[in-house]
Amino acid sequence: MKVMVISADHAVAYAAKLARTEVVPSFPITPQTLIVEQLAEFINDGELDADFIPADSEHSVMSMAVGASAGGVRVFTATSSQGLALMHEMLYAVPQSRLPIVMANVNRSLGAASGIWVEYNDSMAERDSGWLQVYVEDNQEALDATLMAFRLAEDRRVLLPVMVCLDGFILSHTVERVDLPEQEEVDRFLPKFVPYNMLDPSDPKLMNPIVPPEYAMEMRYQLDRAVEHSREVIAEVDELFAREFGRSYGGLIDTYRLEDAEYAMLTLGTATGLARQVVDELRSEGKKAGLIKLRFMRPFPFKELCAACRDLKALGVFDRSASFNGGGPVYTEVAAALCNVPTTVTGHVAGIGGRDITPEHMREMYDIVEKASRGEKVRPVTWHGLRGDME
Amino acid sequence: MSEMRTIKDMPVNDMFVSGHGACAGCGMAVAVKNIMRILGADTTVYVPASCLVVISAMYPTSNFRTPYLFTAFENTGAVTTGIRAAQRRRGLSSTVVGLAGDGGTFDIGLQALSGAAERNEDILYVCLDNEGYMNTGIQRSGATPFGAWTTTTPVGTKVEGKREFKKDIMAIIAAHDPPYAASLSIAHFNDFIKKVEKAKAKKGFRFLHVMTPCVPGWRSDPSMTVEIARMAVETGMWTLYEIEDGEARTTYKPQTMLPVTDYLKLQGRFRHMENGDVAKLQEWLCAKWYLHYGNDMEQPVCATFEKMKRVRHPHEEQLHFI
Repeated sequence: MKVMVISADHAVAYAAKLARTEVVPSFPITPQTLIVEQLAEFINDGELDADFIPADSEHSVMSMAVGASAGGVRVFTATSSQGLALMHEMLYAVPQSRLPIVMANVNRSLGAASGIWVEYNDSMAERDSGWLQVYVEDNQEALDATLMAFRLAEDRRVLLPVMVCLDGFILSHTVERVDLPEQEEVDRFLPKFVPYNMLDPSDPKLMNPIVPPEYAMEMRYQLDRAVEHSREVIAEVDELFAREFGRSYGGLIDTYRLEDAEYAMLTLGTATGLARQVVDELRSEGKKAGLIKLRFMRPFPFKELCAACRDLKALGVFDRSASFNGGGPVYTEVAAALCNVPTTVTGHVAGIGGRDITPEHMREMYDIVEKASRGEKVRPVTWHGLRGDME
Repeated sequence: MSEMRTIKDMPVNDMFVSGHGACAGCGMAVAVKNIMRILGADTTVYVPASCLVVISAMYPTSNFRTPYLFTAFENTGAVTTGIRAAQRRRGLSSTVVGLAGDGGTFDIGLQALSGAAERNEDILYVCLDNEGYMNTGIQRSGATPFGAWTTTTPVGTKVEGKREFKKDIMAIIAAHDPPYAASLSIAHFNDFIKKVEKAKAKKGFRFLHVMTPCVPGWRSDPSMTVEIARMAVETGMWTLYEIEDGEARTTYKPQTMLPVTDYLKLQGRFRHMENGDVAKLQEWLCAKWYLHYGNDMEQPVCATFEKMKRVRHPHEEQLHFI
C-alpha cells in the first residue's frame, strides 16, 4: 500500500489502472477530464497496457465502449453532465446487452442555468437505464468504489454496467489522502476479465438484434431480476474488499449513529461528511439524531431502508437535484420504499448548481426532521440555502 | 490477396444467407450478399439502424453467419472502432465491417464516421446508398438526388421534390486521406469484386460506397434494379472510381454520356420532374462528369452547358481526377 495525496479524479484513474483496464474510449468534459488525462499518461508512460481511443463525442465514447466490451475486453470510461446526456441513447444498449462496462460520472449540473458545478441531475436522469449507480463520499471511496465496480459488474450473476458517481470539484479537484492498493492485492481481488458473450468469428453470436414484442418483455424482466440480484453481490463484494483491503462501506447503505436514533437524515455523496459532523453536534446536545448514507441508487435499497428506518419517527431525505414539483428523485424513491413503515419522510433539496451546503443548512434539515418526529406539521419538501423565501 | 477476377471466381459460401426480409429486387440485399461472400467467415459485422438490421436480424433469427452487433443509428464508425480494438487485443484478425445506409453515413453517422477515418481505424465501412431513409418510409437524406420525390420532399403545388443536390460523401472521405475508398455498382460486378477484395486486404480505414437501388423508394420495377444501377453509371448519376493511398483512379468510363432522362424515366420518384428541373440536374451532372472523366471529350448532352466545363471542383486537385 502506498499513501498518496490526490484528487478523486486521479484516484478513479488509479483504480482503472489497477483494474488493468484494456480499452479507454474518452472525450474531455469538465470536471471529469482529469481522469482520462491521467489514464492517457499512464498509457503513454507504459504503466498501463491499454488502448486509449480519443473519440469524437461522448455518444461515440459509449458506442466504442459497447463495441470493445462486446469484443471481449475490460472497458473503462468517464464522463460528466452533458456528456452523460449525450451518451443517453447508448447507455440503454449496455445493460440489456449485459456488458460489464465501468464508468465514472463526475456529477455536474445538466442543461440550462448551465454550470460546471456539482448537481446530481445528470446521473439521476439515467437511473432507469439499467446501470447500477453508486455515489461516493470521499476520494478513498472513489477509488475503492471503482475497484469494486469492476468486480460487481463482471460477476456472472450481475453482468451489468456500473456508474461510479462522484461530486464535481468537491471531490474531483480536491486532493485528499488516499491509500493506493498494491497491484498484487488488486489482482487477487479482481480476477482477469473473462467475457461471457463476445463477438468472435470462431463462435458467431448475434448480439442485440431487433426484438419483437414476443420476446422483449421477458428480456426486460431478466434485466429487472439481474439488477435485483446485484444486491446480494454488492454485499459480497463489500465483504471481499474488506478482507483484502481492510475497508468496508456497508454495501447498499451505510448508517451512522442510527442505533437508538429517533430521527435521521438520508444523504448521498459529499453531503454525508457534513451530516456526520452535524449528527455529532446534535448528539452532544443530547438529541437522538442519526444518519443513513445512501450508496447505491440502483439497485435501490428498498428492503435495507425499511429495516433501517423501522424505529425512526422521521427521516429527512437530501437531494442534490430536483424532480420538479415533487421534491427530488431520492426523496420520492425513499418515500415509496417507506410507504409501509410508519416513518414520516420529508424532502430536502440543497446544493443545486454547486451551491455550498453549509453546516447551518444541514442543521436546518435536521431541525425540520426533528419537528416532524414530534408530530409537528412541516413542509413535505424544503429547499435549503435558497435566496429569499419559499413560496 | 486471392486473385478473384470475375463473377465466376466468387466464393459460393454465403455469410449472408437467404430467408431475409428484403423486398423483391432490393439492391442492398444483392450488395450485402456479395460483399459478405468475399469477406468470408472471419468477419465481424456491425449494422446500425437501417433496412438491413430489420430484414436480417429479428430475434431469434439472423441471416448473418458471422458475429453480428446492432445498437443505434449514428455510431457505425465508433462501434466498429471499439470492436476492432478489442479483437486486436484478443489476437483476432477478423475483418470488422460496418454496413450502414446513406442516412447513417451521410447524415446522422457522419461525425462518428469522420472520427474513425481521421484516426485511420482498421475497419471497413460500407455505405449502402439507396438515397433516402427507406426503412422509415422513404424520407429525404443528404444522399437523395436533386428533384427526387420522397415523403419529406413531396411534390407539392409550390415545391416539387428535393431542391438540393446529392452530398459528395466520397469527397468528404477523400479529405480524410484514407488508405482506400471506392464507389461500387451492382451492375459492374467484376469491378465490384475487385474493390471489395482490395478493401478486405488493406489495413486501416477503408470505405466502400455502393449504390443500392430501392424498389419501393425509387418507385421502380423489381426486375429493373440492376438496369437502373447500370443506367446511373451511363448517365453520370453514379461514377466508378477508387482512391488508393491518395491516388484517385477511374475504374470505368462510359464512352458517351447518356441523357439523364434515360435514368429518370426508369423511376417513379422523378416522374413529376419538369423540363427546367431536368435541365438543372443535367447541368450539375455535366460538371460532375467533366470533373471525373476530364473535359477533353465533348459530351453532346452537355453542349448547352458550355460554362459548366470550366467550373472547378474545390477538391479537384486533391482528388487527382483530371
